[in-house]
Amino acid sequence: MEEILARASKAAEEAEVFLVTSEETPVEFETNRLKHIQSKQNSTVALRIIKNGRIGYATSTRLDDIEELISNALATAEFGTEARFTLPPLTPYPEIKIFNPDIEKVTLEQMAELGQGMIDILTRHTPELICEARVIRTVTDVTIINSHGGQADYKQSVFIAAIEGQLIRDTDMLFVGEHQSSCHPLLEIDDITRRVLQQLEWARENAPVSTKSMPVVFTPHGIVSAFAGPLIAAFNGKTVLEGASPIGKKQGQLVFDKRLSLRDDPTIDYRPGSSPCDDEAVPSEVTPLIAEGKVSNFLYDLQTAALANTRSTGNGHRNQGGQPSPAPGAFVVTPGDTSFDDMVRDIKEGLVVEQLMGATQGNVLGGDFSGNVLLGYKVEGGKIIGRVKDTMVSGNIYQLLKHVAAIGSDTRWIGGFLSTPSIYCSSVSVASR
Amino acid sequence: MAGIEAISHQLAEAIKGQDADYVEARLTEGESSSITYRGRKLESIGRNTATGGNVRALVKGGWGFVCFNDFDNLPEKVSLAVNQARFVGKETSQLAPIEPAVEIVPSTIGEDPKAVPLAEKKQLLDEYNDIICGYPKIQTSMVSYSDSHRKTIFLNSAGSRIEQERRDTALRLAAIAASNGEVQQAGISLGGLNDFGAVRGLHSQAEQLAKRAVDLLSAPQVKGGEYTVVLDPILAGVFTHEAFGHLSEADFVYENDSLREIMTLGKTFGEAHLNIVDTATLPGLRGSYKYDDEGVPATKNYLIREGKLVGRLHSRETAAKMNEKPTGNARAINYRHPPIVRMTNTYIEPSTTSFGDMIGDIKEGVYAKNWYGGVTSMEMFTFSAGEAYMIRNGKIAELLRPVVLTGNVFNTLVHIDAIGNDLDMNQGGGCGKGGQSPLPCSNGSPHIRISTCLIGGR
Repeated sequence: MEEILARASKAAEEAEVFLVTSEETPVEFETNRLKHIQSKQNSTVALRIIKNGRIGYATSTRLDDIEELISNALATAEFGTEARFTLPPLTPYPEIKIFNPDIEKVTLEQMAELGQGMIDILTRHTPELICEARVIRTVTDVTIINSHGGQADYKQSVFIAAIEGQLIRDTDMLFVGEHQSSCHPLLEIDDITRRVLQQLEWARENAPVSTKSMPVVFTPHGIVSAFAGPLIAAFNGKTVLEGASPIGKKQGQLVFDKRLSLRDDPTIDYRPGSSPCDDEAVPSEVTPLIAEGKVSNFLYDLQTAALANTRSTGNGHRNQGGQPSPAPGAFVVTPGDTSFDDMVRDIKEGLVVEQLMGATQGNVLGGDFSGNVLLGYKVEGGKIIGRVKDTMVSGNIYQLLKHVAAIGSDTRWIGGFLSTPSIYCSSVSVASR
Repeated sequence: MAGIEAISHQLAEAIKGQDADYVEARLTEGESSSITYRGRKLESIGRNTATGGNVRALVKGGWGFVCFNDFDNLPEKVSLAVNQARFVGKETSQLAPIEPAVEIVPSTIGEDPKAVPLAEKKQLLDEYNDIICGYPKIQTSMVSYSDSHRKTIFLNSAGSRIEQERRDTALRLAAIAASNGEVQQAGISLGGLNDFGAVRGLHSQAEQLAKRAVDLLSAPQVKGGEYTVVLDPILAGVFTHEAFGHLSEADFVYENDSLREIMTLGKTFGEAHLNIVDTATLPGLRGSYKYDDEGVPATKNYLIREGKLVGRLHSRETAAKMNEKPTGNARAINYRHPPIVRMTNTYIEPSTTSFGDMIGDIKEGVYAKNWYGGVTSMEMFTFSAGEAYMIRNGKIAELLRPVVLTGNVFNTLVHIDAIGNDLDMNQGGGCGKGGQSPLPCSNGSPHIRISTCLIGGR
C-alpha cells in the first residue's frame, strides 16, 4: 500500500490509496433446511490521484500489479473531473466501537442452529410455511492513506440474521419476513421470530379494500420501502448542488411536520452503518437533516462540498468500488410518543403498510412513490382485521410528511442503515381491484 | 501473479479426486471502464481490473462455495468448499447429467469497446449530454456508461474445461427537468453484447428524452384504477420478464409443492395466441452465451406455447430434482457468487394485430411505454412505465406522469387479448435476484393489450 502511494505520489500531485479486505461467511437455508455455506474472501485496492488538477481513478483486486493500477489512474486523469478539494491530513477520529472480536468465535454449528431455530419456531406455528433463512458473518478491514499524511484504518464486524417465509394457499401467496443486523454476534432470535409470528397472525384472513384516500400507518419496514429512497436522494448534497432536490433551496424552512426530525448518525456504537471515518478518511459526525420539520443540512463528500462552498460532512462513500459520493451512514428518525397500538386504534378505516413492492420506481427525485402492498393490513374500527391484496398505495412524501397524524414510539433499526418509528399519515391514496 | 490460464491447470488438478459428489471452479480476469456525468460536468471516470476465482462443491445434497482474489493455497480453498458442503449435506446429491465439454469459445465481435479510445467514448457521451443539458428547462442530466471485458475459465471434476469471453456495453441517459419546485425525469437504457455500436447514434433519442422530461412537468397524473392498457414492446418485454419469467425459474418451484402445483406443465396460462420463449442462443443479445456457468450448453426454451405452460428454466440440480432436462440457465453475475437459475433473452413471439387495430376500439385506456423498472413477488408484480399516454376513443391522447402498473400474473396473462406483429428486443435492462444484480439480460415483445390492469395514481 505504501509503495502504491509512494509511486503514485511521484506520478501525480496528490494520491490516495483505499484498501478494503473482507471475509464473509453466509450460511443459507432453503425450503426450511440448511442448503449452502459460503466463504467469500475479497480484497480491492482503489487509487485516486490528482494530476494536472484532474482526478484519475482505478481499482484492482490485485495488490501486486502496481504498474497497471497507476497507469489506469493516469489514463483516466487525462479526462477526469477537475479536483476542487484537498485530501485530509492526519486527523483524530471519534472513538466508535464497531468491532466485536466475539464474532470470530461464532462457529458454523452455531450459525446453522440459529437459522434452523428461526425456521423451527415459525413452522411450529404455521406448518405449511416455507422459509429461506440467512445467517451471515462479515469482518471487514479498511485502510486509507493519502499524500497529505492522512491515515485511517478500522476493522468492523457485522452479523446478520434474516428469515423470509412464504405461505401458499391455492394461488394466494403470503410473504412474511424480518431481519436484524449488528456488529455483535446476534445469538438471540426471539425478536425476529416474534415479529414474523405477529405478521402471520395479522395476515391470517384476507380483507377487502376500497379505492379511495384513507389513513395509513407506515411501519418502519413500510417507511424503508416508500420514503427512504426519496429522502436519500433529496438530502444528497450532489442532488442539491444540481438543483434537482425539491428541498435544495429550502434550508431553514419548515417543509415537514414539526414533530419530524431526521439525522445522519454514523457514530452509534456497534451499528453496521457506523465507522470512525468515511471512505475519504474524513471523520464521521452527526448531521441533522430535518430539525423539527425544518430542512437543516445536506450530506457532502469532499468534492461536492468544495463545489458547494461548504465542508464535507463525512459522507463520502464508495459504492461497489466506485469513487466516493455523498451517501448516508445511518438515517435516524427521532421517535415520537404515540404507540403503534394507539395509531391503529385511531383508524376507522385504513391500512397498516409493512412492505410496498416497487414503490420507488417512479419519480423518486420528486418524492413520488407508488407500490403494490406486498405485506399490509386492513384496519377497521381500530382493529387489524386481515391482510390486503392487489392494492396500490401511492403518494408524495413532501405532501404526506408535511402534516402527519402521529409519529410512533416504536422505533427500531431496519437493516444497517435506518432507524425509525412508525409514521401515521391521515390521508393516502389507495387503489384496489 | 500468474494469469488465469496457468492457474486453471493447477486448479484442475486440485478439484480432482476430492471426496465430494461434484466439484467445479471458475476463474475470471476482466477489466472495465466507467464514465458518468451529472449535468454538464463529467462526474467520474474510472478503470477497474478484477481477477478472482471460486470453487463450489456438492456433498450429499449440500453446497459449499469459496471465492477469492488471491490464488495462493488453492488446494486449501478446494478443501474448505468440500468441508462446508459436507457440513451441510445430509441427503443425496442430484445433478442432471451433462457431457463434459472441452472448448475455447471464440468470441464473435462487432465493434470492440476496448478498442475505442477513451477520448472517443468521452466525445460521444459529451455529444449526448450536451443535447440533453442544452434543452430548455432541463435542470440536469445523468449519463452513465460502462463497458467490460471478461474472460472466464470453467472447470469441473468430470473433466470440463470451457473458456469463454464476453464484452458488455451499457449506457443509461436520463434528463431531469425542473420548474416551480417540481422535478420530473425521463431516461433510456441501452446495451450490447460484444458491440460498442449499440451505443452510437443516439443523438435524436437524447433530444426526445429531454423533451419528454420537460413535457412531464405539465402532464397530469393518471387517476388510479383499472384500465385497458396497451404496452409497447419494451414495457411488454419487462412485463414478460418480471411477471412471468421469474415464475419459470425452477429454483423457485422445485422444492415447493404448492408452487409446483401452480406451475404444472400443460396448465393454461393465456389465450392460444400467447407464446413465450427464453433463449441464450440468439447472437448479439445481452443475455446470450454458449455455455452457462455450470458448463451446460444454452438452449431455446418455450415457456408458454399456445397459451399452455410447456417448460421452465433449470440448473443441473433443479432439472434433476424435477426430472426434466437441464436448459443451461445457471448463471452467476461474477466469480463472487455461485450460479443460480436466471433468464437470458425472454420474449413474447409476435402475432398478427397491428398497433392501430389494437387501440382502435379502446374508449378510455392507457398506452404505457418504455422501461423504468420492475419487481415481482411470485404472483404479484409491479412495473413502471417511463412514458404513458391516455388512449381516448381509439387515439393516443395526452401525456401522463409516469405510471406504475401492478397485478397478479395469473389474471394478467389471461387478460392479454391482443398481440402485435412488431417484435422488438430491449437490451437495456439488468436483472437482479439473490443479491446478484445487474445481470445482463434482454427481453422483448410486440405491442400487447391487457384488457384490464390496475394502475396506481392519485
